[in-house]
Amino acid sequence: MKLTGAQALIKSLEMEGTEVMFGLPGGAILPVYDPLIDSSIRHILVRHEQGAGHMAEGFAHATGRPGVAMVTSGPAATNIVTPLCDAYMDSVPIVVITGQVPYTVIGTDAFQECDTVGITMPVTKHNWLVTDPQDIPRIVREAFHVATTGRPGPVLVDVPKDVSNQMMDWYWPDSVDMPGYKPNVKGHPKQIKDAARLMAEAERPVIYAGGGILKARAADALRQLAELIGAPVVTTLMARGAFPDDHPQCLGMPGMHGNYTSVTSMQKADLLIALGSRFDDRVTGKVGSFAPGAKVIHVDIDPAELGKVRRPDVPIVGDCRLVIQELVKAVESEKHKRDWPDLDPWWHQLREWQERYPLHYEQLEDGPLKPQFCIDMLRDHTPDDTIVVAGVGQHQMWTSQRWKFNHPYTYVNSGGLGTMGFAVPASIGAKVGMPDRMVWAIDGDGCFQMTAQELVTASAERIPVKIGILNNAYLGMVRQWQELFYEERYSEVYLSPDLPDYVKWAEAMGCVGFRVDTPEDVEPTIEKANSIDDRPVVVDFRVDYKEKVYPMVPAGGSNDDIILDPAHDKPGGR
Amino acid sequence: MANGDAQHHILSVLVENKFGVLSRVAGLFSRRGYNIFSLAVSPTEDERFSRMTVVVDAETAPLEQVTKQLNKLIPVIKITELAASDAVERELMLTTVRAGSESRSQVTELAAIFEAKIVDVGYEAMTLMIAGTPDKLDAITDLLTPFGIVELQRTGRIALSKLARQPTKLRAVRDREA
Ligand SMILES: Cc1ncc(C[n+]2csc(CCOP(=O)(O)OP(=O)(O)O)c2C)c(N)n1
Ligand SMILES: [Mg+2]
Repeated sequence: MKLTGAQALIKSLEMEGTEVMFGLPGGAILPVYDPLIDSSIRHILVRHEQGAGHMAEGFAHATGRPGVAMVTSGPAATNIVTPLCDAYMDSVPIVVITGQVPYTVIGTDAFQECDTVGITMPVTKHNWLVTDPQDIPRIVREAFHVATTGRPGPVLVDVPKDVSNQMMDWYWPDSVDMPGYKPNVKGHPKQIKDAARLMAEAERPVIYAGGGILKARAADALRQLAELIGAPVVTTLMARGAFPDDHPQCLGMPGMHGNYTSVTSMQKADLLIALGSRFDDRVTGKVGSFAPGAKVIHVDIDPAELGKVRRPDVPIVGDCRLVIQELVKAVESEKHKRDWPDLDPWWHQLREWQERYPLHYEQLEDGPLKPQFCIDMLRDHTPDDTIVVAGVGQHQMWTSQRWKFNHPYTYVNSGGLGTMGFAVPASIGAKVGMPDRMVWAIDGDGCFQMTAQELVTASAERIPVKIGILNNAYLGMVRQWQELFYEERYSEVYLSPDLPDYVKWAEAMGCVGFRVDTPEDVEPTIEKANSIDDRPVVVDFRVDYKEKVYPMVPAGGSNDDIILDPAHDKPGGR
Repeated sequence: MANGDAQHHILSVLVENKFGVLSRVAGLFSRRGYNIFSLAVSPTEDERFSRMTVVVDAETAPLEQVTKQLNKLIPVIKITELAASDAVERELMLTTVRAGSESRSQVTELAAIFEAKIVDVGYEAMTLMIAGTPDKLDAITDLLTPFGIVELQRTGRIALSKLARQPTKLRAVRDREA
């Protein structure tokens, strides 16, 4: 069968199971948009290519399937660089197709030419420039394979216009042959035994669960292991929900804005069981003083993560789910051999910290509306399996701290890159992937303004996401740093509470808009928003700009120097 | 100047002979803040592959991270870390040295001792070609300096592991193998 390169590309995407893609056409990708008309793939027309990339990410986060985006060359390709980098940092499987100027004119500074493969090399797991239409099925197959296996990540396929127009003989490769790409998924048996032995000796173990748990679909395995060894579990920003917050062994989020018990448990641990986590600086604080007394078991599918930041005592390269299942077996046989250490003193200590240093804020009846109160009300008045998508800033940290994530894949975040503007498009992608679930984005006023136009996309495509803006009229997180570390010298952080008018803006974009100024309006407005299912809703929560995120470990500081809410007494005995 | 001391690691990297591979490897080094001391790329006996011999500055590049990150590049097939003692290393140098009538015989003599070839001769200078270990090139460079070196170019070293012994265990991927 003879096809054009463009037809082969669409057919290849169909062969890979693509049901939906996010994109926006233009000159160099025009040939590919034509066969799309006849394809079973649903195309969602975005208003900015950054939106397409984040939607693909949101889709992938929520479903575990690769998100697909397609844009044209030049400015469109550069517009999607941010989502590629975001996906690269957070190991999100997305496949981006870009148009390129005809192969014959590459290198001549042709109209809308840019070196897309060169620009995106450092932010993709791999990328391809197609030079022959005959290669298209093979490259698409490889692209999906690379994106979704091993440590997942973004890939990009750059397709010159003439290649799209040329004819090829259709085929579909039944396997991939990439001699330089063979991810190692099975952990080494000896290391697994060593790890089980360390667990059998630890008196203060902590499971440090990272995003790799979710990527490996290992939440059930993690729960089994945790219950078997009785250790507390901390879930990083990228792993919130990987272990249920309502489980008695869950300590919640560690790191810069983690709760006291979670942070301190790692500091005092004698064994860290790092599963699919990467010792990010936002978790470790100053590396030299991070968890000084702990031996480390580190499981990751990416060998380069082992020893990158902290040298593990037992490194295990492998898929988290497979390795944890093996660990469970090894621990069981270890348990037959010896008495398991008594973790009661450790738990006693942890419970005491939890009691003494809980998260704290105060909502006065007639005082200003507190952002934490809005989050608590949202949490308590939405279904348990609501998918929550956060922006980047204070609102993100409060959400991470306060929400009860009891199911995996219910929290979608921009962790590694910290991309403002992520929430609106990512929530749309998540809702497209999980249409039967309620999806709430909790966004900042600053973040919202970066990508709000995608709500036009959501309205046009009838994607009923809900956006709660915690409108504190500030780039709040930056304001917090200026207040604490720059002597309250506020430089370029004020935004205004009512410019823009978020309700009118929402309405102009085809959404329903609500404004909430007082605590008593919060719950009824949430209920109203929840009842709307035929269009997007935006709620402008006018919150107190003075609230800060606590606890906080100052950047570069030691986790031992965690700062609690000043309303609390200082932790003593350090 | 180049020498085979502990400041440098030699990595022999077998890569797919494809568009853009050099750029991927070089980009990885700069992105991670590793300094490349010298780099030689050449075809191999199998036309699907090329071999890169990368000498990296050990100060800036924790060897284990370098090899692990390199291994993640899809066109990278295999990395062999060559310790100086386990490798046959060679480098080629061309240098133009001042050699007027008064010093020409001395330069020629030196060239003979080092088995250098005289590849070009002018009125006031001559160009030598020397192949050998980096140490040897360092040595002749030192000895030629008093005459006046006009120009000098070295290729960067290429290396293969020595025969009749186990190929060097790749220290850097211990985690995976152990
Ligand atoms: C694209 C981008 N630009 C700048 C920043 C730096 N930054 C981090 S948080 C933040 C403030 C976010 O403000 P807002 O969305 O209002 O959230 P808040 O902190 O007020 O809750 C800024 C500017 C960033 N993370 N991303
Ligand atoms: Mg704000």
